Amino acid sequence: MKKGISIKDMTKIFVINNDKNVVAVNNVNLEVQPGEFVTLLGPSGCGKTTLLRMVAGFETLTEGKILIGEENVAKLTPDKRDTALVFQNYALFPHLNVYDNIAYGLKLQKLPKKEITERVQKILDLMKMNDFAYRVPSQMSGGQQQRVSLARALVMEPGVLLFDEPLSNLDAKLRIHMRDEIRKLQKEVGITSLYVTHDQSEAMGLSDRVVIMKDGVIQQVGSPKEIYQRPANSFVANFIGRANDINGTIQSKTEEGYVIDIKGITYNVKSDRKYSVGDNVGLIIRPESIIIGKESYKTVVTKSIFMGENHEYEVNWDGKVIQISQSNPFGKIEYELNQEMSIGFDESSLHLL
Amino acid sequence: MAEKKKQSNKSLKMKSEIANMINVTHDPVLFITILTILLAITMFIVLPLINILKESFLYEGNLSLHHYTEIFRLTYNKEIIFNTLKLGIVVSIISTIIGFLFAYASAYLKMANKKMLNAIAILPIISPPFVVGLSAILLFGRIGLISRGIFGFENAEIYGFRGLVLVQVLTFFPVAYLVMVGLLQEIDPSVEEAARDLGASRYQVFSTVTLPLMVPGIANAGLLVFIQSVADFGNPMVIGGNYTTMAVQIYMQGIGSLNMSGATALAIMLLLISVFAFLLQKYYIGKKSYITVTGKVSRARVLIDDKKIVKPISIIIILISILVGMMYILIPIGSFVKLWGVDYSLTLDHYKYVFNIGFKPIYDTTRLALIATPITGILSMIVAFLVVRKKFLGRTYMDFTTMLSIAIPGTVVGLGYVITFNKPPIVLTGTGVILIIAFVMRSMPVGIRSGMAALQQIDPSIEEAACVLGADSKKVFTSVTLPMIKPAFFSGLVYAFARSMTLVSTIIFLVSAKYSLLTVTTMSQIDQGKIGVAYVYSTILIVIVGSIIAIMSYALKKMGTSTGKIDN
Repeated sequence: MKKGISIKDMTKIFVINNDKNVVAVNNVNLEVQPGEFVTLLGPSGCGKTTLLRMVAGFETLTEGKILIGEENVAKLTPDKRDTALVFQNYALFPHLNVYDNIAYGLKLQKLPKKEITERVQKILDLMKMNDFAYRVPSQMSGGQQQRVSLARALVMEPGVLLFDEPLSNLDAKLRIHMRDEIRKLQKEVGITSLYVTHDQSEAMGLSDRVVIMKDGVIQQVGSPKEIYQRPANSFVANFIGRANDINGTIQSKTEEGYVIDIKGITYNVKSDRKYSVGDNVGLIIRPESIIIGKESYKTVVTKSIFMGENHEYEVNWDGKVIQISQSNPFGKIEYELNQEMSIGFDESSLHLL
Repeated sequence: MAEKKKQSNKSLKMKSEIANMINVTHDPVLFITILTILLAITMFIVLPLINILKESFLYEGNLSLHHYTEIFRLTYNKEIIFNTLKLGIVVSIISTIIGFLFAYASAYLKMANKKMLNAIAILPIISPPFVVGLSAILLFGRIGLISRGIFGFENAEIYGFRGLVLVQVLTFFPVAYLVMVGLLQEIDPSVEEAARDLGASRYQVFSTVTLPLMVPGIANAGLLVFIQSVADFGNPMVIGGNYTTMAVQIYMQGIGSLNMSGATALAIMLLLISVFAFLLQKYYIGKKSYITVTGKVSRARVLIDDKKIVKPISIIIILISILVGMMYILIPIGSFVKLWGVDYSLTLDHYKYVFNIGFKPIYDTTRLALIATPITGILSMIVAFLVVRKKFLGRTYMDFTTMLSIAIPGTVVGLGYVITFNKPPIVLTGTGVILIIAFVMRSMPVGIRSGMAALQQIDPSIEEAACVLGADSKKVFTSVTLPMIKPAFFSGLVYAFARSMTLVSTIIFLVSAKYSLLTVTTMSQIDQGKIGVAYVYSTILIVIVGSIIAIMSYALKKMGTSTGKIDN
């Protein structure tokens, strides 16, 4: 039975000593729909793991509520919650083989032997792990161990599946492979998932929605596309991908947004934010959205690196550093250091903060 | 085909052994060091055992099984073997349970005064092995403070099996504690969290995860305690009464009735028992450890603060700690009491008595121990270095004998030394040299192990770098290796000194009129019923050991700050 998660006014304060507290999670509200895959993304120390561990039941809440389905679980111990957690370091039982690791939770539920065998077998089939069902964890690679860890959680058919940076101990290639596998399995099983990571490509590749956190506070919740193209603030813009922060002035209001003046050139920018005419505003433009050769502004090249699939430039624009990424550099003019470069902005990719 | 391959592998191995040997001779300092150490090990560990074995099969000059049949003919001897095994088993079971409780509390529970647990674990190391026995008599014996003073029992009987169990458990459970607390701390908390997450209650986590993971560790701790219990000489001597154990009987027969050959067969039996237990621990159970599988501990364990669990365990631990503490606190107190059980008034008479008969035992013991300590320390590090880093013929022999000698009971070594070194070609009995050798050989194995553990943590490429830059083996050892394993070296020194000062079993065979040693003198005072005097000697001994350890650890702290960070 897939269930939703509803987090209400959640706060977690760690008391270090008598006069020092750390607010790890600060008044967080979050709704996860049944069957949805939501990722908590942020730099280390942002409170994402603490939040996840509170949902799992390993940390107590200082304030607030957690509903899983209809039930308030804030006071329940981890074993009484309808959640299953996939650990960063796999946390397999080293004294049990793969089969017994997967069957562990079912045995605790005192299910009939036949049902246990069937359910374990189903998961082994689903994850194509029949070949090493009787191996012990020490005989397996990290990737295999993490698959067992995932199988051990999935077999419980929990209302909510939790992931604590499950791929961070794997090498780069395996990480991508496992990422795709997790996404595929999650879609197949349709299980509600809450996933913690500090890796933006993981968050982008897996999630229905991404939650960006910083210093215990949610910065933005949205689909990967929204987060990338419509970041709520400069932190989000810079955390997901790279971004150029530029300044402009509101010249007039339009139906869908504003006319904004950036150094003498005006742009029509869509936005639903509230500004008045004459306000100084911040805008974001991604390096790949800057058009080289459009004669809007004059800059000087300060860095030029050929990366293969794209060419990375840094230019000085009246004292401000602007990053530019030119995709498919094949056959295009290559700028040298200290050479003058004219750039322009594509109006539709300007995002008003 | 496979046979041929095996053959060629064999000859290949042979070739590389020879190449190694030739290599070693190119470095004369290294070569001489290896030869000297191999010779020393052979003479002072292996040869005495061989001589015991030889002697045990000789009767009136002929090869015979007489001494062995004698053991099994006499019910008394059979009883002694049974006594030893029964004591060892009972003590190891109880000690392991108590040790586990302490270890669990230390690693899992939210409790105040955790430092106390470690302090209690150190007490048996810095005190001679019979003091707990002595204190037990004064607390629970016929004239005991608790048995008679509080409960008014007229005939409390502490001598014998029950007393021995009490005393050995209090002496040896810290061994079990130290073994298990290390292992419990290495269990990755997330494994237990995983169980919890999958629906296990706190008790189910303990019974289905923690305990199964600890089975090898528990067996390990139990066997180590068993080895110590069967080898123990001081406590059975002091408090055993009619309950004689093999270690005591070897001494009684060898020195008491001057029947060395009669003692040899018993010594071989005792040796077999403890070596069997040791090999079982080392090669069977040691291989089964799961702990290493879980690898690095990912996050700190959330300590259990549930009062229903913490409170009862704390109470048991505090009670046992108080009991242990009393055993040791009684030593200085007892040294000032006029006549225990009869007249509790304070007096300095015992001290006057000790001052009158002189400081000779104190002076002799301290001097010999201070000579033995640096020898042990340096020798242990050299052996550790050779075994871990060098390839030479005899390396396995060096590794195995020094390791196995941990399991050789002190009385067996003592008997072996008497048999081997009281007649030509080498006469050493009665000299200070044999005492120093005994000190070194008894404390070296532990030093070697800690040196090896430290070396295995250090990337060999650091030493290779020194070598490439032009340092020879001696220079590499003194300028690179030794500084890096300084902490292990100094803790080895501390252990060697404490061990030498408190050693009884081996040296009781070796003392002479020329050298009187503190522990042996104390034992004879107990024998004569001069409990107060025995307590004075014990107090002095503990003060000396305690203050030297304090000085050494202070010095280590001052110097060691820069070495603590090297661990690749």
